[in-house]
Amino acid sequence: MKAINEMKITFKSRSINEGFARTAVSAFVAALDPTVEELSDIKTAVSEAVTNCIVHGYKEQIANIYITAAIYPHNLVVIKIRDKGCGIEDIEKAMEPLYTTSKSGERAGLGFAVMQSLCDKVRVASRAGGGTTVTLSRKISSKGEEDE
Amino acid sequence: MSVRIYHADEIMTAYLDGEIDHHGAKNIREEIDEAAQRSHPDVLVLDFKEVSFMDSSGIGLVMGRYSLMQELGGQLRVVNLSGHIKKVMKLAGLDRLAVIENGGRKSESDQ
Repeated sequence: MKAINEMKITFKSRSINEGFARTAVSAFVAALDPTVEELSDIKTAVSEAVTNCIVHGYKEQIANIYITAAIYPHNLVVIKIRDKGCGIEDIEKAMEPLYTTSKSGERAGLGFAVMQSLCDKVRVASRAGGGTTVTLSRKISSKGEEDE
Repeated sequence: MSVRIYHADEIMTAYLDGEIDHHGAKNIREEIDEAAQRSHPDVLVLDFKEVSFMDSSGIGLVMGRYSLMQELGGQLRVVNLSGHIKKVMKLAGLDRLAVIENGGRKSESDQ
């Protein structure tokens, strides 16, 4: 299937860019005239994925994070968030709700659970040492239908 | 992201402002914890009225303050949640953990 529209951004894994990344993606998706709720869902899912790159993929080291967002027919939005960090050894385990490797005690271990409940589909491709790509798919309701 | 903290009787209220993510949560959490450890309030209120965005870092923020108030022998209340923020909290089951209120109206009935 061919994308109708597409954008790519690359930015450093500084935590201040979490806000930039979700805002950039939501500005791109805004062309589809999504509802406020749909936009919040997408922003939140992107924020989770980017935070994972920073905290887990790169372990707070500064490197590049790559996002590609594409719009397909029938208002399908596909967002890929990629890092070249340490990768995930056990993807199934990492996706378990409440599981976290973070030791600070302030990460809830719910990043993937939040992504899964806010998106139609979440795919994770990763291998130890080879980085991680998270692909989020979300269909936007047709224009104007659910405007508040 | 910022926080203003007010004390009245044994109630400490933290008014959160802005977008809660991994980047913003760290400083405000330290501010809240320091203030709570100094004043030992009976009730800690987290007010989300001015919060425009929240991801799972906000869940961590609430869970962490819940444990803190357990340690201090007090209570945690989470108030003024907008639709989206309430949705993220419910994903984590926080509506069962802390007392989530919306303009004085408890939201437990609308599950």
